[in-house]
Amino acid sequence: MIHYLSERLFRLLLTLLLVLSFAFIILRLSGDPALIIMSPDAPPEAIEAFRKSWGLDAPIWQQYVGYFLNLLQGNFGVSMKDGAPAMQMVLERVPATLAITVPALILQLLIGVPAGVYAALHHNSRLDRLLMGFAIAGHTCPSFVLALLLVLIFSVTLGWLPTGGYGTFEHALLPILTLSLSGAAVLARFTRSAMVEVMGQPYIRTALAKGLSWRQVVFQHALPNAAIPTVTLIGMMVGGLIAGAVVVETVFSWPGEGRLLVTAVASRDLSVVQAILLVVAACMVIANLIVDALYVILDPRLRTGNTRAKA
Amino acid sequence: MTQHTAHLPSQFARSRSNLGAFFKAWPPLVLVSIAWLITMLFIALLAHWLMPYGFSEIDLPARLQPPVLFGGTWTHVLGTDELGRDVLSRTFSAIQISLLIAFASTAISTLLGVLLGILAAHFRGWVENVVLVLIDFQASMPFMIIALAVLAFFGNSLTLFICLMGFYGWERAARIARSLTIAANEQGYAAAAHDLGASAGRVYGRHVLPNIASTIIVNITVTFPGVVLLESGLSFLGLGIQPPMASLGNMVGYGREYLQSAPWLLLTPSLVIVMTTFSISAVGDWLRDRLDPSAN
Repeated sequence: MIHYLSERLFRLLLTLLLVLSFAFIILRLSGDPALIIMSPDAPPEAIEAFRKSWGLDAPIWQQYVGYFLNLLQGNFGVSMKDGAPAMQMVLERVPATLAITVPALILQLLIGVPAGVYAALHHNSRLDRLLMGFAIAGHTCPSFVLALLLVLIFSVTLGWLPTGGYGTFEHALLPILTLSLSGAAVLARFTRSAMVEVMGQPYIRTALAKGLSWRQVVFQHALPNAAIPTVTLIGMMVGGLIAGAVVVETVFSWPGEGRLLVTAVASRDLSVVQAILLVVAACMVIANLIVDALYVILDPRLRTGNTRAKA
Repeated sequence: MTQHTAHLPSQFARSRSNLGAFFKAWPPLVLVSIAWLITMLFIALLAHWLMPYGFSEIDLPARLQPPVLFGGTWTHVLGTDELGRDVLSRTFSAIQISLLIAFASTAISTLLGVLLGILAAHFRGWVENVVLVLIDFQASMPFMIIALAVLAFFGNSLTLFICLMGFYGWERAARIARSLTIAANEQGYAAAAHDLGASAGRVYGRHVLPNIASTIIVNITVTFPGVVLLESGLSFLGLGIQPPMASLGNMVGYGREYLQSAPWLLLTPSLVIVMTTFSISAVGDWLRDRLDPSAN
């Protein structure tokens, strides 16, 4: 188990390193940052001074090493527009994003898993088809269309909820709903197919044949086994939530990470983009670590592997 | 057959069961989806001749006219936008651009993925490890964020945008191609072709690829709507296709400002996006069931 987790940890750290190198490479490939930031007709001395202060005159490998040294010291550069530390700007927005993504994740699980399990247990029934129809519609409808439809219904026509903004619970309601529906649809489809497969296994027939109640078979035999492939999806769901937040925060003028990213990209504020890239990568690494830990908890085979290694 | 002709009254029942069998093999939803996709393809190919007006033809006196069903006139069937541009013409042009991007990017992503997957399966060793690390990296970051970062660093142009979208989903194709090729290499036919003196290129191109093609085609039906959603999402944010070019996403994005006064501006392109991605997914699901019975 320790071996398995440490191997996973190594791979994840490698991913983090790759993300940072990716940011560094495209940052340098995209041209001379001095010319992007300063206007082209700035005096040459000013451009030279800018290059010096950003370390752009050193050889590329020195810049690469310096870049990592800077990151290790928590120095992520300053926003090229207003000079505020980039990482601080990014971290200030984290609570707003968490305020909609965490409830959305919980809502996804609460809607998606029961819907998928129910559909699988009533495989090929009318309700199963209806639920799966909703699920396909849910994951093929882009989040900005869904968001605008919800605004059209609940804000413009019914006038129940605000069209956008930040502060109260009502403001958060539509963003959370938009974020959770598409993820719930994917989860429902995946849970259903995992559950259908498990229900067709011989051990389910055996469990039923030895006289266990339907409820016991479903909750003690089928669900834990169907959970193993479904857990894999959590990493993808976190990624989906982050990508969804970019669109949803923009539609609802929610002052989170996603909107910051969009404005930073539009104004080509490179250090802020880079800091967000790092925060997103860190979130993904943590999410994947949680998935790996859940595997160990859910799958006894990974645990027995460990005891055998000890003996 | 002779058995059936002996009972003439059952003719009717038979024709009905034939119809039933037909709809079982071709569910109505799939037929509608295929019809919609053919229509879209038709519009994309013939957009130039189908557009009643130029897609960027401005007619300020006639701006924000409602569609026919909302009390408008037949001169602008789907109404006009804030600059008096015909929504129908813009939708046709947007379908053309969005489908062009989706086709080109899906082709790039599939080619790249299959190539890297086969290379990994052929060489194993460090080549395979490099490909696997790249797959891990791609799969671990939400593609939307990577795309935004690249757009921030490089700025935007149509060619760059298509290439960027071409990286969407390659890792899935690579994973599938790698595992299927490894499995195929262990089967007799690949070894037989090799022993008969076929070159590696011929073995993979003529023997292995046709055998793994069905799974890759199903994967294309997952990648294609993904590209449509991603492109329209980025264009919606104003970071994809730039005006005056029309894309389904940027039409929704600009229509958003007129959500209350002119909702038709965003309803038409939204409907086209949803119907198209839904149709491809429906056809993809059906293809998977037909081509790969084991996947259930």
